[in-house]
Amino acid sequence: MQYIDPHIHMISRVTDDYHRMAQCGCVAISEPAFWAGFDRGSVEGFRDYFHHLVEVEPKRAALFGIRHFSWLCINAKEAENVSLSRDVIAMIPEFLQRPNVLGIGEIGLNKNTKNEAIIFQEHMDLAAKTDELILIHTPHLEDKYKGTRMIVDMLKNDSRVKPHRVCVDHVEEHTVKLALDNGFWCGMTLYPTTKCTPARAVDIIEMVGTEKIMANSAGDWGKSDPLAVPELILEMRRRGHPETAIRKVVYENPLDFFRQSARWQEPFSLLNFSK
Amino acid sequence: MDPRVKAVAAPKVLEQSFLEARSKLLDIAAILDRINRGDSSDAVHQDVKIGRIMEALKILEGKTPHKAEQIQKLFSLPYDANWEIPSPRY
Ligand SMILES: [Zn+2]
Repeated sequence: MQYIDPHIHMISRVTDDYHRMAQCGCVAISEPAFWAGFDRGSVEGFRDYFHHLVEVEPKRAALFGIRHFSWLCINAKEAENVSLSRDVIAMIPEFLQRPNVLGIGEIGLNKNTKNEAIIFQEHMDLAAKTDELILIHTPHLEDKYKGTRMIVDMLKNDSRVKPHRVCVDHVEEHTVKLALDNGFWCGMTLYPTTKCTPARAVDIIEMVGTEKIMANSAGDWGKSDPLAVPELILEMRRRGHPETAIRKVVYENPLDFFRQSARWQEPFSLLNFSK
Repeated sequence: MDPRVKAVAAPKVLEQSFLEARSKLLDIAAILDRINRGDSSDAVHQDVKIGRIMEALKILEGKTPHKAEQIQKLFSLPYDANWEIPSPRY
């Protein structure tokens, strides 16, 4: 089955991962800007990173027939440096017209601090001004519930936000309805120990349905599985869920969300597989 | 709700998941044994983390639904609705 991994950090994965993902049916991915494992020291560091996201990864992905899309921002972990964050946000528009950029992301909260909230809001200000889609990282573990509530508060407090143009990512059992009931898209992240397993993700789908929900691997430099979405496909099949429902979650939903992007152009490789 | 993704019949789920549940319960038992075997095991019994694990086990024992969601909330920091929301600019 053709699938899309809507959240994976390929900059930290080897080329063999692209190869195996393509073998498993991956036709497109989207790569949000995130933390490098250390705090970047300057705007120039981010400029080089964004160059990598809009130039280098699309070419590497194309070698395996995979369409590569990206999202731009400064990660919440680096938002404590407010002045650097503001400089990065001011620089992002240089890259917004690149053909593979879907919007602003993954913005969000990490430890739910005041500075993180300020920088989250300033990213939303940019997204509102430039009419961009928004991809949101929700915090991990004990911070997730509180952080997701705070994120939803900020989204609802901002009258410019159109919920159908926002995806709240890394939802789990206790946060999925916060996203869906408020009209946002949501993503479940299949990641060892700290997030969701494929089995729990399918449980969530059985509880909330298949509307506005997608699944991703969030593969990065941590112990993670770039083939996590195919694991979800297998789990849904094992439970007897029909191919049409599986396809909606792993292919049609991410595509429906991406297609709202201001610069969206239907890639030939995806047109081939469309309904 | 999408009728195509109905939950699997309960007896089948039990059949398919019994060994997995058994194995995971054994993992938790072994973790608690390991903690008890280690030096200064008395000290950890004051640790809030042990209390959380025990409360989670009580959720498993209870008859209420949505146990995964309940355990998620048990391991979550409290949310204060009166936090200071930043204002949108422009
Ligand atoms: Zn990520």
